[in-house]
Amino acid sequence: MTDTQPTGADQATDSYTLSVNGRDLPVTDAWIGESLLYVLRERLGLPGSKNACEQGECGSCSVLLDGVLVAACCVLAADAAGSDIRTVEGLSPSGELTDVQRAFVEQGAVQCGFCIPGMIVAIHDLLDRRPDADELALREAISGNLCRCTGYGRIFAAFHAVKEERARAST
Amino acid sequence: MPAPSLPSTFTRKRRAPGLGESVLRPDAPAKTKGQFAFSSDLYLEGMLWGATLRSPHPSARIRSLDPAPALAIGGVHAVITNDDLWGSRTYGLEHHDQPVFADQVVRYHGEPVAAVAADHPEIARRAAAAIAVDYEVTEPLVDAEAALTAPPIHPDGNLFRHLKIRFGDPGAQGEVTVEGDYEVGMQDQAFLGPESGLAVPSEDGGVELYVATQWLHVDRDQIAACLNLPREKVRLTLAGTGGAFGGREDLSMQIHACLLALVTRRPVKMVYSREESFFGHVHRHPARLWYRHHATAEGKLVKVEARMVFDGGAYASSSTAVISNACAFAPGPYYVPNAHVDGYAVRTNNPPCGAMRGFGAVQTSFAAEAQMDRLAAALGMDQVELRLANALKQHDQLITGQVIIGTAPVAECITACRDLPLPEPLAADAPALSLPGGAGLTAEVRDVRRGVGFAVGFKNLGFSEGFDDYSTARVRLELGPDDQPLATVHVATVEVGQGFTTIAMQIARAELGVREVVVQTADTQVGSAGSTSASRQTMMSGGAIQMACSAVREVLLERAALDLHLAPADMVLEEGELVTRDGTAGVPLADALKAGPIEATREFHHAPTEPLDENGQGNAHWSLAFAAHRAVVDVDPELGLVKVVQVATAQDIGRALNPLAVTGQVEGGIAQGIGLAVMEEIVLDQGKVRNPSFTDYLIPTALDMPPVVQTWIEQPERGVPYGAKGVGEPPTVSSTGAVVAAIRQATGLPLRRVPVRPDDIALAPRQ
Repeated sequence: MTDTQPTGADQATDSYTLSVNGRDLPVTDAWIGESLLYVLRERLGLPGSKNACEQGECGSCSVLLDGVLVAACCVLAADAAGSDIRTVEGLSPSGELTDVQRAFVEQGAVQCGFCIPGMIVAIHDLLDRRPDADELALREAISGNLCRCTGYGRIFAAFHAVKEERARAST
Repeated sequence: MPAPSLPSTFTRKRRAPGLGESVLRPDAPAKTKGQFAFSSDLYLEGMLWGATLRSPHPSARIRSLDPAPALAIGGVHAVITNDDLWGSRTYGLEHHDQPVFADQVVRYHGEPVAAVAADHPEIARRAAAAIAVDYEVTEPLVDAEAALTAPPIHPDGNLFRHLKIRFGDPGAQGEVTVEGDYEVGMQDQAFLGPESGLAVPSEDGGVELYVATQWLHVDRDQIAACLNLPREKVRLTLAGTGGAFGGREDLSMQIHACLLALVTRRPVKMVYSREESFFGHVHRHPARLWYRHHATAEGKLVKVEARMVFDGGAYASSSTAVISNACAFAPGPYYVPNAHVDGYAVRTNNPPCGAMRGFGAVQTSFAAEAQMDRLAAALGMDQVELRLANALKQHDQLITGQVIIGTAPVAECITACRDLPLPEPLAADAPALSLPGGAGLTAEVRDVRRGVGFAVGFKNLGFSEGFDDYSTARVRLELGPDDQPLATVHVATVEVGQGFTTIAMQIARAELGVREVVVQTADTQVGSAGSTSASRQTMMSGGAIQMACSAVREVLLERAALDLHLAPADMVLEEGELVTRDGTAGVPLADALKAGPIEATREFHHAPTEPLDENGQGNAHWSLAFAAHRAVVDVDPELGLVKVVQVATAQDIGRALNPLAVTGQVEGGIAQGIGLAVMEEIVLDQGKVRNPSFTDYLIPTALDMPPVVQTWIEQPERGVPYGAKGVGEPPTVSSTGAVVAAIRQATGLPLRRVPVRPDDIALAPRQ
């Protein structure tokens, strides 16, 4: 959303199109050093992916890149052109909460909420890949999603609530 | 101390609706969808990005500083340094000793030297790096003990406070004594939402700041002084705050962003990176503590002697209050008839330290609880029995001479915690991920030893030592768009994630019997709410909302009584209807509101406290909260790896206004206690921070965090709204000590320092 670029020896800019949540979004004259996280947040108006560390340590910017869970802060945006990018904003296009989002609300898994979008993306990814994942698998899957408020207890509770609800729905 | 006067509680036939129920957070749906606006999400057309230049040295003189290379970069709009300031050049929470930008000298690694505004964050960062600073590096003062006698590194000297507590008979001696030295490392709050905000110059020459903080009004006052603006021209609005835990009580980017906005006449956004965040806020004080406990042969405490030195780093922050807590709660929650305590908070060239969850009580709890275990061993007593035999209770004296007039269910916490179920023994086929070392796949079940440890802690709720602690609430009741009653609550209370917004709605619903409650965005357009710290907002801002609602209700009752030709005293508000006491006649709330909106603003002040005197005596504290923790750990002694298996706790909470929120506070607070026990430390090398990242500063992950088994002792506290005590800090006070006690039991090692590092176990001389 800002149209200016850093200047200096490596001021190379590029224009490209990103496919985000099924929509093609043009990025114009952007410095090629910008991360996917920065472009999503600052150029494309999608601040749902969070910036708690911007060096791939915290998971708060988790997105899917061609179906693979990645830290958007560690992906060059220009490199993501041509890939299918799915962010937290794309999980519930209708505005309705997904079952994971609803369980987080109802089980008290949200406090400050800064880690939550990344956490939600990671748990949807886990359950898409491994519908039978147990709590240890969950713990491993989100061990790269740091939460400082909750001690994870209510997040585990939300996970179990989703699994129970899905099990009921499939019987 | 007398209980503060509160409005008389309204008589209800039924329980107040919503209070005591697990009402869900109103902000949670937006937070799960990524639609909740945090302070780092803010955007305005034409805004600039700010960046800070920080000192790479913990101690140096600035020979020269040349901003020209930065200003020569295209897209740079301003560089500001100490020379460009036009208001106060220093700020601080309690003592204004911290420079806005380094003034000729730098006193810690990461001290701000200049700030830049530019079109793009990368330009701003490069420009900051381009500023030419010529440093004459000087020897840093990094040893807190040495600071007591070293030449001053600041005009205000190196001693922030020496607090002496002299209580009882100085000659008292016990038949059994145990003595030890203890050390606590520097912990970081590690809130996930980085320091950030957006400053916008306003047409009247003032500035609007949208920011994540803990106390809007104290931020405003410090900022206004540094901008040389009247307070009313500095307007703060709370932006979404991604955790705090004490680390946002001091200013970070606030003044810098406002200065840049005023200089450039453009909105300026600043967002710290994680690395900068480690430099941008105060940490938990590292401490060295010596203790000697005296007891009778039967296990009654006779005396506690302690000497402690807290490293406050380069600037005062809240060091004087932290050391006060550390000293007052030095023995832990036990009755001790005699005490001799010396606490020092000192200035060094280490990073500044201030508030973090537990605020001084954490450091002394770790040492005091280790002492209690050693005393039990010396006496041949069970560790839990020794604690029970000495547990503080209501009407006992603290070592500050203060008699506890509030509830003090220490024995209840201890027995309830002791009786919680223990986990199953480690299974022979336990998955590798659940063993010490986890994904490293290093430990084998046959090498793992289990230990169980116990610790009990307490601290004060609200601000102490004579501070006039209060909160302000404005409540407006009117007919909403659908002609239904609508209550609007306006408080400056900062929601950092703890759940106060939910509590505010619950209180307004309970007091006014309305369904629709809007909690306005917190800002400085209403009176101060005080800090979101010291576990105080449910009590303080909750109390203010209760009082304002009560005042609104009085007007409602007057209106209804007038309608029915009765006296207001004949009427009550019940279930959204104004009815006569005998229930024979009534006026719907909506009807009473047809005459117009009703608004009331009230302040809740807690009961007055007093400063500690020259002997550390005085009624310095208002309400106290207690908790017991029991930890179970698995340890691989050869590898020095620890897996915390379970933490059980019984906590004194007064009354749960929202059980789900209490559950989350307890679990989250214990996670931070576990972090201090076995993972978290800011590592310093001659004053330089060596691990400013989440790769090297480790906080508990989902694989590290054990199940928490919790139970609550609910004894309503007199003089606080609904009897509910603050719950945020006690989980962090003694959970650390319980985990380390469990490791001691598993290994037989003394372990007198936290965090316990693998080397402390693996390389320790075998006993």
